[in-house]
Amino acid sequence: MPDPEQTSRAALANVPAADSRADLHTPLMRMQMGPSHPATHGTVKMVLDLDGERVVKADVQVGYLHRGFEKECESGYYYQNIPYTDRLNYSSPILNNVGYCLAVEKLMDLRTPPRCDYVRVIAGEISRMCDHYLCVGAMALELAAMTPFLYLLEARELMCDLLDALCGARVTTNYIRIGGVSADLPAGFDRFAAERLDRSLKLLEDADKLLTQNPVFRERVEGTGHLPPEELVGHGVTGPLLRAGGVAYDVRRVQPYLIYGELDFDIPVGEHSDNFDRYLVRLEEIRQSRRIIAQCFEKIPAGPVNSDDPRVRWPRKGKVFGRMEELIDQFKLVTEGGLIPPGEVYHAVEGANGELGFYIVSDGTGKPYKCRCRAPSFSNMSALEKMITGGMLADVVPTFDLINMIGGECDR
Amino acid sequence: MSPSDEPKTPAPSELSPLLTKVLARLGGLVLEHTSFRGDDCIHVARENLLEAARALRDTTDLGFDLLLDVTCIDYFGQPDGFFNGPEAWDRDHEVIRRRAQWRQRVNVPSRGTEPRFALAYHLTSTRLLHRLRVKSRVPEDDPSIASLSGLWPGANWLERETYDLYGIHFKGHPDLRRIYLYDEFVGHPLRKDYGKQDEQPIQAYAGPGADQPRRPR
Repeated sequence: MPDPEQTSRAALANVPAADSRADLHTPLMRMQMGPSHPATHGTVKMVLDLDGERVVKADVQVGYLHRGFEKECESGYYYQNIPYTDRLNYSSPILNNVGYCLAVEKLMDLRTPPRCDYVRVIAGEISRMCDHYLCVGAMALELAAMTPFLYLLEARELMCDLLDALCGARVTTNYIRIGGVSADLPAGFDRFAAERLDRSLKLLEDADKLLTQNPVFRERVEGTGHLPPEELVGHGVTGPLLRAGGVAYDVRRVQPYLIYGELDFDIPVGEHSDNFDRYLVRLEEIRQSRRIIAQCFEKIPAGPVNSDDPRVRWPRKGKVFGRMEELIDQFKLVTEGGLIPPGEVYHAVEGANGELGFYIVSDGTGKPYKCRCRAPSFSNMSALEKMITGGMLADVVPTFDLINMIGGECDR
Repeated sequence: MSPSDEPKTPAPSELSPLLTKVLARLGGLVLEHTSFRGDDCIHVARENLLEAARALRDTTDLGFDLLLDVTCIDYFGQPDGFFNGPEAWDRDHEVIRRRAQWRQRVNVPSRGTEPRFALAYHLTSTRLLHRLRVKSRVPEDDPSIASLSGLWPGANWLERETYDLYGIHFKGHPDLRRIYLYDEFVGHPLRKDYGKQDEQPIQAYAGPGADQPRRPR
C-alpha cells in the first residue's frame, strides 16, 4: 500500500497552482468525513485531503453495512431469499424484489400472468417514487432546507400508506413472490392510490417551488459534482446520474421487462451532468412514475396474480391438510425449494438508482449456487471520488446526496 | 476461423446476431460460447482477456462501453459448469449435492481439468444496447488475472470487491486492497471453503492511544 503522505504530495503536484498558494504554503489537511456524519445520509467514510477548502484527494471507503448478502443467499432456498433483497435498497424494496424474482423466473423460463405484471409495475413505481422523495428530501435537509424535507417525507409517507395497503408493511415489504405476488390489489385500491398520489404530487410541487428557483439552493447544486458523460459510462454509472449527463440509458426502455414496452412514458435527460440536473431528473421521474401508474390502472386486466406453474405454485392450505398430493407438493416445495434448472442468468431491472441486476448461477438444487447483486449504488459511488476531487468541501454534500448511496445496497 | 471448428458450440446458423459479430471479431480468442435464456456468453482464456476486452470495447459495431459487473464464481468441488446435467454428479455425490450446507464441510477434489474459479464480466453498450457476458477461468494455485481498470475505470472498485471476497489478484490494478472487510480479515468469505459460521480472530485495538489503559484507574 502506498505511503499516504507521498500520495498526497504527488496529488498536490498535479493540481494547477493557484496564485494564492505561492505565499500561503498551506500543508494539506487530512479530514475524515464520516462514517457517521450529520450532513450525509448513508454510512460511508471519505478521507479528504484538503488544501484550504479545496479537495485535492479523496478516498471513499465503503463497507460499513456489509452483511454478506451473497453468502447468506447461497444457503437459503430461492423463495427464502426474497426478504433479504428487501434489505438491499431499503428505500425502494419492491424494485429489488421484482429484480430478484424476475431473474429466478428467467432461469426457470416461467411466465407470470398479465395481471401480475401490472401489479408489479404499479408496486415498483410506487417504490421508485418513495426512493426519489427520500433522496431529494434528504438532500434538501443536508443543504439546510428543512421545509422541503418535511414536505417530501410526508409525500413518502403517503406512498408508504399505499405499500401498507398492498402488503401490510411500509418499508420491508416482501411483496413479490417467484411467479406472482403475495396478494392481489385490495378492493378500491385504484381510488385510494389516486388520492394519495395526487396529494403526494401536490407536496412535490410545493417542494419544487421551494427549491428549484431558490438562489441559495441553486448556488450549491449548479455546476457542482460535474463529470462528463463518457467518464460516467466508464465508471459504470447508471440511473438518474447517467441520464442527467445526457445518456438516455434506462433499462425500462432499452430492454423492456414486464409491461414497460407497452406503456407511454418519457425518459428525462439532463445536459449539464451536474447536481442540479440530477435533482431535476429525479423530480421528473417521480412525475413519470405517476403517469405509468395511471396507465396501469386503466389497462390492468382481471385474472389471477399468481402463476399456475407447479414448480412455484403453493397449494391451497385447505387442500394441504386434507389431500395427499397437495401435502406432498407443499412438502417438496418447502424442503427442496422447487425444481430449478441448472444454468446461469443475468437479469437487470431499472432500480431507483440505476441498473439493478441479479446474476444467478444455479446448480440444479433448490438453493442458488451463487446469487450476485449488481448494485447501482456501488458503481455510482466509485465515481464519487472523481466528482468531488478538485471541488470545494461544501460541494461534497450535495454530490454525495444526489448519488443517493444506500448502504444496504452498496455494501450488501 | 470458423466457429464450427470448436467443440461444444452450436452451428453458426443458430448463433444470435450478437455472438455472430463477436465471433467474427474475436475469432480464435473465444474458447467456447453459450446462449442460455437469451444471455450470450463467451469464454476467453485469461491470457487473452485484456486483448478480447479491448476489442469488445473499441470495435465500432460492438461498442461495449459500459462494464456493469465483475464477479467470480467458485466451482469448488463441483462439476465443470452445471450444464452437463446433474445426473452424472448425482450418481456419485448425491448427499453433498442435495444439501448445500455440506458443501463447505466436505473437501471434495475438483472434478475435471477446468480451473477452480471463473471470472464473469457483464458488458453492455449504451449505444447499441446489447449485452454480453465474458467468462474466464482462473486456477486455484495462481488466482490472478489481468485488471480491466485501464479500459473501464469502473472496474477499479468491482475488482477490489472481487479481490476482497474471492481472493483473486488483478494484475495491473492501481489500488488493490480490501473494500468491504478490514485489512486483518483472514481468508475470503465468498469462497466455498469458507464456512458461513466461521469466526475471525479478535483484533486488538491498534489505534491512537492503544498503549494507554482504556480507562484511568
